[in-house]
Amino acid sequence: MSERTAVIASRVGLHARPAGIFVAAVGELPLEVTIAMAGEPAEDALDASSILSIMSLGASNGDTVVLRADGDGADEALDSLVRILETDLDAE
Amino acid sequence: MPRSTVTPSRRLGIKELRTIVQTLSGKASTDQAETGRTFTGVGVSPGRIVGSILLMPQPVREPGAGERLAEGTTPEEASAALRVAAKAAQTNLTARSVGASGAGREVLEATALMANDPMLVKAAVKLITNGSSAERAIWDAAASVAEMLHNLGGYMAERATDVLDVRGRIVAELRGVPAPGIPYSDTPFILVGEDLAPADTATLDPSRVLALVTSSGGPQSHTAIIARALGLPAVVAALGVDGLTDGTIVFVDGAAGTILVDPGADEVDLAKEWETTTAALAVFDGTGRLKDGHLVPLLSNVGGATDAVKAAAAGAQGVGLLRTEFCFLERDIEPSIAEQVEAYRGVFDAFPGKKVVVRTLDAGADKPLPFLTDASEPNPALGVRGYRTDFTSPGVLERQLQAIAQAADGTKAQVWVMAPMIATAEEAEHFAGLCAAAGLKTSGVMVEVPSAALTAASILEHVDFVSLGTNDLTQYAMAADRQLGPLAALNTPWQPAVLQLIRLTVAGSRDEGNDKPVGVCGEAAADPALAVVLVGLGVSTLSMTARALSAVAAVLASVTLPEAQQLATLALKSHSATDARRIVREKLPILNTLGL
Repeated sequence: MSERTAVIASRVGLHARPAGIFVAAVGELPLEVTIAMAGEPAEDALDASSILSIMSLGASNGDTVVLRADGDGADEALDSLVRILETDLDAE
Repeated sequence: MPRSTVTPSRRLGIKELRTIVQTLSGKASTDQAETGRTFTGVGVSPGRIVGSILLMPQPVREPGAGERLAEGTTPEEASAALRVAAKAAQTNLTARSVGASGAGREVLEATALMANDPMLVKAAVKLITNGSSAERAIWDAAASVAEMLHNLGGYMAERATDVLDVRGRIVAELRGVPAPGIPYSDTPFILVGEDLAPADTATLDPSRVLALVTSSGGPQSHTAIIARALGLPAVVAALGVDGLTDGTIVFVDGAAGTILVDPGADEVDLAKEWETTTAALAVFDGTGRLKDGHLVPLLSNVGGATDAVKAAAAGAQGVGLLRTEFCFLERDIEPSIAEQVEAYRGVFDAFPGKKVVVRTLDAGADKPLPFLTDASEPNPALGVRGYRTDFTSPGVLERQLQAIAQAADGTKAQVWVMAPMIATAEEAEHFAGLCAAAGLKTSGVMVEVPSAALTAASILEHVDFVSLGTNDLTQYAMAADRQLGPLAALNTPWQPAVLQLIRLTVAGSRDEGNDKPVGVCGEAAADPALAVVLVGLGVSTLSMTARALSAVAAVLASVTLPEAQQLATLALKSHSATDARRIVREKLPILNTLGL
C-alpha cells in the first residue's frame, strides 16, 4: 500500500473546478485510489474517483488529505495526484 | 394574413425546407390541422424568423414509491441497464460541455462527472439488489446524496440541485424519453416550452437557438430578459403553443407577439427582411439624440468586463448599470476587496472618460447568496434583498464601497455608485454617508420601490441622482410576481400606473431644484417605443442591453422632444397598458419599417 499526504492549495478548497480536475486525473489511472482527511482511519477513506465523495469530504484550503493506492506504478501515480492537489487550480 | 397570394412555386420552398428539417431531425410531419394556425402572446424581443421547433421536454416524473423490479427482470439486468443509462447521461453532458464556454462549460463538466459517479451508481445498485426498480433506485440514491450535500450547506448545498438534475437525466435514459432541460440539436431551432428557469437560460446556446417561445411567463420573466440580452426574437405567454410537435415549422414575430404554424412565402420574405434590417441596425454612432438634437445619452447594462468591452464596441456612452453580482454569485464566501477591485477595474478600463454607474450588491429574491440571504423567507421579493442585506449582514456593503473606491482610483472612468431597493429618504441618506466615507464622490439610489418614486424629492436631497429599475418597479406597483405567466398582462412597464410613478420621480427631481439626473436602467429602456415615452416623461439617460442600442437610437432619432412629450401624455392617459402601447406604436411608423 502506497500512501502520500497533500495540502490542499486551491483557495476554494477541494470542490468545484479543482475537484473536477482531480477526479478526472484519478479516473485515467488503472488503479483504485482512496482519499481521507489526515488523521482519519484508512477504512473510512473514500473513493477518489467519485466527485460526490470528494465533495462530501469537505476539504478546505490548507487541509491535509491522505491518498492511498495499491499496485504497479502506485508511487508515481500518487506523486502526480499530490502535485495536482498542491497547485491552486482555481487561480488558473 | 394574405395567404391566398402565395404562388405554388414559392410554397415549394417552404415544403422543401420542411422536408429537409424533418429528414435531419427524423420527426413526424406537421399535423395538417395546425397549418396556418396562429398563436398570440406577448412579444418581448423583436425579430422575425422562420424555423423548426423543438419542445422543452416535460419534467421527469417520479417513479412510484417503493417501485419494485419488473417481473422477469433480474437485479443483474437492472444494474447493467442503470450503468448504461448513467454512462449515456455522462456522454451527453460531456458532449454538450464541449460546445459550451466559460462558467457554463465548467458546470456541465462537473455535472457530467456526477452522472456516472461510482458512489452514486454503487448506492443505486445496492438498492436494486434489494429488489428496487432501477428508476426508483437511482431516484432514492440521488436523493440521499442531495440531502447530504444540502446539509453541508453553502456551496455544497447549491450543488444538490445538480445531483437532482443528473438523476432526472438517468431516469429519462432508463425510460427512453428525452432528457430534461434545453434539447440539444446540431441544427439551430426555435425553442418552445412552458417557461425557462434561470438554470435553463444559463445553458442556452445562442448559436443553436433561433428564437424563444413560451406558453407561460411574462415580459419580465427570465425568458424575456435572456432573449433581449442574446438578441433572440421571443414571444411569451402564447397559450397553447407548447401543444405543437417537434419539427413543426413556424414563423415567429417577436415584436407583434405572434407565432404562425406552417408559414408561406410572405413570412419567409419578412424573415429575410429582418435579417437585412438587423445588419443595418447594428450600427450606433455613439451619440443618442432626438430629431431636434436633444441629447439622450444611451448607456449599457453590463455584468462584468467582457460585457463592458462588447458594450463599448457597440457604441455605449457609458455604463448605466454595472451589476456587481457577477463577483458574488456562485460563491460560498464573500470575495476579498482585492478580488473585487480587479473585477471592477476591468469594467472601468473599458470606458475611459465615460460614466460607469456601479450598483452595489443586489442579492436576495431570485438571486440568493448563501452568506447573505435567508432562503427560508416566505416572501423573498418583499424580504431582505438589495440594500436591505446591510441591515442583517453589516460590513459587506462597506467593504464593497471600499473596493469600488480603490478600483476607481487611477482609472479614467467617472465612477458613480447606487444602491438597489431603497424605500425611504433615510436609507438614501445613510447610503450617501457610506459612499462619502469610502471616498466616493457621486452617489445615487435606484427607484424600484413605489415609495421611492413618491418621495423622490426628499431622496434627492441626499443623493446626486436616481435610476429607475422598471422591472421591479412594475412588479411592486402592480403587486404581480414578474415570473408568473397568468399575470403577464399586469406585469408590463406600459401600465399607466408605472408611467405615473416615472413621471412623479422626474417631478420630484424638478421639485428638489438642482435638476439632478433621472435615468432608466430597466428592461423598459430597451423597448424602442417605450424609450420615446420615457424621454417624453423627462428621463435624462437610458441604459439597456448593448444589443438594443442601435434600435433605440434609430427610433429616438425619428421624433422631436415635443413629439415625445405628446406621446408620453397619450400613454399616461391611456386606460390600459395595451392601449398605451398600441397608441404610441401607431404614432411611430418607423417601428413597422424596421420590424421592431
